[in-house]
Amino acid sequence: MRRGRRKDRPVLIALVCAGFMVFNFPLMLVWDQRASLFGLPMLPLMLFAIWAGLIGLLALVSERGARRDAPDGKPHVDENGSRDEGGGPR
Amino acid sequence: MTARVLIADDEPNIVLSLQFMLKREGYEVLVARDGTEALETIRREMPRLVLLDGMMPGLSGFEVCEAVRADPALEGVRILMLTAKGRETDIARGTGAGVDDYVTKPFSTRELMARIRGMLA
Amino acid sequence: MIPPALVLATAFGYLLLLFAIAAFGDRRAAQGRSIIANPWIYALSWGVYCTGWTYFGSVERAVSGGVWFLPIYLGPMLAMFLAWIVVRKMVRIARTYRITSIADFIASRYGKSPLLAALVTVITVVGVLPYIALQLKAASAAYEVLAIGQGAERAAVWWADGTFYVALMLAAFSIVFGTRHLDLSERHEGLVAAVAFESAVKLIAFLAVGIFVTWGLFDGMGDLWRRAQELPELADLMRLDAQGPGSFGHTQWFAMTALAMLAVLLLPRQFQVMVVECTDENHIRRAAWLFPLYLLLINVFVLPVAVGGILIFGQGGADPETFVLALPMSQGATALALVVYIGGLSAVTGMLIVETIAIATMICNDLVMPALLRRKGFAARSSGDLTRLLLNIRRAAILFLLMLGYLYFRIAGAGHALVSIGLISFAAVAQFAPALFGGMYWRGGTRAGALAGMLGGALVWAYTLMLPSVAGAGWLPAGFLQAPFGLSFLAPEALFGLHGFDPLTHSLFWSMLVNISLYVGVSLAGAQSARDASQALLFVDVFRSTGAEPIFWRGRASIGDLRGLAVRLLGTDRAEALFRDHARETGLPADALTPDARLVDRIERQIAGAVGTASARVMVASVAQEEPLTIDDVVQILEEASQVRIYARELEEKSRKLEAATAELRALNEELKSLDQLKDDFMSSVTHELRTPLTSIRALAELMHDTPDIDPEERAEFIRIIVSESERLGRLVNQVLDLAKIEAGMAEWTSAEVDMRALAGDALRATAELFREKGALVRAHLPDEVPTVRSDADRLMQVLMNLLSNAAKFVPDTGGRVDLILRRHGNWLELRVQDNGPGVPPADRAAIFDKFRQAGEVASRPPGTGLGLPISREIVNNLGGEMWLEHQPDGGACFAFRLPIEQGGST
Repeated sequence: MRRGRRKDRPVLIALVCAGFMVFNFPLMLVWDQRASLFGLPMLPLMLFAIWAGLIGLLALVSERGARRDAPDGKPHVDENGSRDEGGGPR
Repeated sequence: MTARVLIADDEPNIVLSLQFMLKREGYEVLVARDGTEALETIRREMPRLVLLDGMMPGLSGFEVCEAVRADPALEGVRILMLTAKGRETDIARGTGAGVDDYVTKPFSTRELMARIRGMLA
Repeated sequence: MIPPALVLATAFGYLLLLFAIAAFGDRRAAQGRSIIANPWIYALSWGVYCTGWTYFGSVERAVSGGVWFLPIYLGPMLAMFLAWIVVRKMVRIARTYRITSIADFIASRYGKSPLLAALVTVITVVGVLPYIALQLKAASAAYEVLAIGQGAERAAVWWADGTFYVALMLAAFSIVFGTRHLDLSERHEGLVAAVAFESAVKLIAFLAVGIFVTWGLFDGMGDLWRRAQELPELADLMRLDAQGPGSFGHTQWFAMTALAMLAVLLLPRQFQVMVVECTDENHIRRAAWLFPLYLLLINVFVLPVAVGGILIFGQGGADPETFVLALPMSQGATALALVVYIGGLSAVTGMLIVETIAIATMICNDLVMPALLRRKGFAARSSGDLTRLLLNIRRAAILFLLMLGYLYFRIAGAGHALVSIGLISFAAVAQFAPALFGGMYWRGGTRAGALAGMLGGALVWAYTLMLPSVAGAGWLPAGFLQAPFGLSFLAPEALFGLHGFDPLTHSLFWSMLVNISLYVGVSLAGAQSARDASQALLFVDVFRSTGAEPIFWRGRASIGDLRGLAVRLLGTDRAEALFRDHARETGLPADALTPDARLVDRIERQIAGAVGTASARVMVASVAQEEPLTIDDVVQILEEASQVRIYARELEEKSRKLEAATAELRALNEELKSLDQLKDDFMSSVTHELRTPLTSIRALAELMHDTPDIDPEERAEFIRIIVSESERLGRLVNQVLDLAKIEAGMAEWTSAEVDMRALAGDALRATAELFREKGALVRAHLPDEVPTVRSDADRLMQVLMNLLSNAAKFVPDTGGRVDLILRRHGNWLELRVQDNGPGVPPADRAAIFDKFRQAGEVASRPPGTGLGLPISREIVNNLGGEMWLEHQPDGGACFAFRLPIEQGGST
């Protein structure tokens, strides 16, 4: 359990740094064009798209962590994994 | 009238020797090869005496003995247990089951005969 | 226009519905079936972040600045990445020490300082006032659009002003809502349920008006954008420098993002719903991404509504803050307008209720209570129940807050846009950030540092942001903003000549600079008090705390005093429950409790839930004779605790070892017992097997001896039996010895290259007579060539003979068939003997290799010692191979064994 939390921490911190980068000067100027994308203004469209992407990433990290930490979240065991395929004696 | 004796044992050679011994003394001899057959024969033939092997396939000698003692119709049947195990537990168990006497294998034919005579007297 | 009566009735009905939901939530909580204890409701309650500012103000901001409404929501998005790290720690700390407000949190960290709590409360009240005013403004504006019409003149005097009555009504609502219970527990489940419901309502209402504008009035977002491009001023709206070429203030963008990031964690209402009302810290994980998703959804239609409003009303045709209402109204969609109004009402009331309750708690616990407690004898004199008094203080505080908000609205609010008012509040609560986050992660922060930093930051904030915002009221001399007291370098919006920033960034920069510098500088310069140091440890290491938690308290108290204190603040039931729990945990009878540090700490924490940590500290100190805590005491208590912790860990380790050893011993004992049982069984089996032939031999010999006239034929038969039984006896003795030798590892083994093909042939020839007697057909399936194995030929012969004679015994009397198959299988040489006999019954298969186990009914089984198979298997195992029984589909038995072929051996 503790291992999982330790692993999430740097990922989350990296994500917040990335978020600060993409939502700020100068990266934002990349989208600041007088152009249309799919018939919509580029800047707001890209801002919302990046925003949605970040939510998706956060959801991924959070839900994965939650599943890993769940009390019944035992690792999946392949039932055939341990069987000797050699057809040995019984 | 000669007494009727049932030999219940699964070892053919022991049956053979007992049969010879009893016939020589003039008894009428019946033979059963396992516990179930023994109980059936007892119920059918009402022998005076049963020489019962303790370890038999199907019903063991002890179980046969218990069944006989539980049946009031078989009150007159006397039981002599022949057991290969001379251990105290078996003797105690036999006594608990209602055995009249017991002889451990290997037995002396003379001693066995004397006991049989005593029981049939 | 909609008749005012209808608007008011709708609003009133909606508020009643909220009451019903809250009552339902509270009832369920009392039954232990919480409706808010799930991450979805929890995340929705965080939506209280979106107030009237979002609901009405975002569109206004978008009309004037395009995407500039977004940083306020991108900041929380970024903050949510850290929710699992930061919010979880806040929740854990608050839960552990029963902290109920942000003032409490900060004060508790710095030695439970009442002064700090009061300072935080004052900053909050002053800082959040504009925010409350903003809600009032939004509520009254919405009402005006709906019932009065655009552009109605505001009444000049307060008693004729509708907003005043709106404020009064909302105050009444908040009072009834937040302080319904006499119970002072820190959690309000019903309130959270209602707030979550309001979040859902405002989202749905805003989406509804967004969809109405985008697809009802126009032909989708593409159509809106196409039309907007035809107007030059709208085309540029979608650029960063919407307010003019080169006008993009990226510092302002950054400042607003960072500000919103802090505000979402520090606003009193956010602290309330995120930290205080958290039922399970694992819910933070899901709420952390649901909440930004909520923010995204509620903002998706801001730009379309803004553009649509401009297209329909023209620039300046209507107040953009009320576009969401004016657009449906102008199209005659009054029903939708009412729905939107309810959504706006949700946004406003949600904020006001949670914010005023949170701040009222702070005012009560951190301003009023300490003042009362300082009055001599207050704690001792008022013997009655304090809860009603506390509740009334909170009610008064709510009313006071709303009236103050109204005052601010009258003085300053009317002239400002919603968004700029809100940002003033954001900048105020941001002053808590250094002390709060520093306190959570830096042990070195001191009370003096926190006080200095927060005070300095707040003063700079007030001077550079608050003051200019109220300057319009005419209280300040003209020109003050440019050169106060004739000193231009003190100009509030260009301190020390710092030009080029917008007022918000300017204020944020200076206030944070002063705040952080003072916090760090004073903390490093001064010494930490003992209580400060102990609280710092408890906060920073909250996740590291184990069972043996240090309790920093030294002194004496009487049980009676403590009980009296608990009863007065918690009520008799909860107080008694507290003492019962303590008795159970310490294992002492309830009437023999000792007033030790642990009990005092427990009572202080419980009281803290009602009156705040700082006041709880004062109250406990008033009934106990406390020894002042020194740094040495702290160190000693810590050492004791860590000693206890080490002992506990050692004990745990030892008991685990002991348990393992016990288990091992038990297993060993079981094994011995079963070995013993096996030996007994073996002995009794051997005895039986030995006695049986002996019995026949002795009986027959005696009978022959005692019967001189025995029939010669009978005599011959008897002698034959005696001889064969003697042989059986001899064989048995040999096999028992053999087995014993092999099992004991005493058997002698030869090793040579063995040709299994030749060996199998020999074995078949040797047993041919047996099969001929039974009339059985034997078939050998031997490959032309097999590799030799390095093995013991004699022993293998023994095994083969055993298996073959075994098969011969069990084949039926007619049509018997036995197959001997030899083949190579990978690196193994495998030999199997199959017969078409009855096979081994399933029940006996597992035990077939046990000693004296002969399968099948004894009556039908051929004579045998019952040791052949066990010996065979022992031999094969000893030769490095394996033996097993295979089930045959046609019922016969198949015994097989295999031996390893040595790599590199000759073929």
